[in-house]
Amino acid sequence: MAQMINLRRRGLLRGSGITVLSASAVALLAGCEKMAVAQSGNGSTANDVGILNTALALENEAISAYQLGAQSGLLQKPVLEVAVSFQTHHKEHRDALIATIRKLGGTPVPAKSDAEVAQALNASMLKTQTDVLRLAQRLEKGAANAYIGVIPSFGDRGLAQVSARLAADETMHWTVLSQALKDPLPAKALSFGA
Amino acid sequence: MRMALPPLAMIWAMLALAAAVDTAAAADAARGQELYESRCGGCHSLDANRIGPAHRGVYGRKAGLAPNFSYSTAVRNATVVWEEKTLDAWLTNPQALIPGQRMNFRVALPEDRADIIAYLRQQSGK
Ligand code: HEC
Repeated sequence: MAQMINLRRRGLLRGSGITVLSASAVALLAGCEKMAVAQSGNGSTANDVGILNTALALENEAISAYQLGAQSGLLQKPVLEVAVSFQTHHKEHRDALIATIRKLGGTPVPAKSDAEVAQALNASMLKTQTDVLRLAQRLEKGAANAYIGVIPSFGDRGLAQVSARLAADETMHWTVLSQALKDPLPAKALSFGA
Repeated sequence: MRMALPPLAMIWAMLALAAAVDTAAAADAARGQELYESRCGGCHSLDANRIGPAHRGVYGRKAGLAPNFSYSTAVRNATVVWEEKTLDAWLTNPQALIPGQRMNFRVALPEDRADIIAYLRQQSGK
């Protein structure tokens, strides 16, 4: 069994174009090894792969959005560094999702170009640092809510937990961005999800 | 003398009807917009294809017809027409309505679904 996992992992690294899986991608997937092997061939696996691929598209969009923000020249020093660090988180999410999709026998969706994302997000309308932060804040909230809203659809509870962890990261990003924008705290509890 | 009571089934039917009318009347497109932006906005916009298809005009249209969006085979081939009932079923559990879809996002509360649907309807000019 261990050997089988090993083979899968090597195949994964060769095929993905990712030479080394980031430490946090490995940590995120910890415990999913057994699941991946046990589940292959299961009917709900195909649907789980579909959910992960939709999540991957979301992460790819976020990576492009932060790229556009960073290249815009609108972000000042401390904010720029935060944006780059959040983009790194999204890249780690992407890598973890790609690895999991491959493990489950799926094919990861390709990313759209930054230019396509710029058009879809109306990036030409961004004129100030605040505009960029507002866009990032909106996308992070949407991402957190997306990860929460797909949880009941997973066949595998381990993956549902991964979705919750991803939602927590996006919520953390949203909180920091909201602080930077000096927004008031949410007045009520349970303002995310449902 | 005993009063004739309506049969229990009829009482239930009346209550259900009252509740349905209630949700329809209470459906609030303005609240729906807020919900749309926070819940759907990670994946959808009204006028651009993103992770999911553009939504303007979706109300009253057959599934899978937003121009230039690459749908799953299941949604592209579905015969579902998006209106109140079908959208409510979709947002409750997309996989139960169209098996093989790729959205998988669920909205748990009926009043949230009703408000979001009212917003989509408004933005589709229906
Ligand atoms: C995680 C990303 C994601 C979230 C969040 C999401 N959707 Fe979707 N949605 C999709 C994808 C992907 C599709 C295309 C599904 C397919 O092709 O199988 C889709 C398709 C749809 C469709 C069918 C459109 C058509 O043209 O046939 C409707 C309607 C819809 N979504 C409504 C919503 C609403 C309303 C919300 C918020 C309550 C929402 N979605 C949240 C990803 C998402």
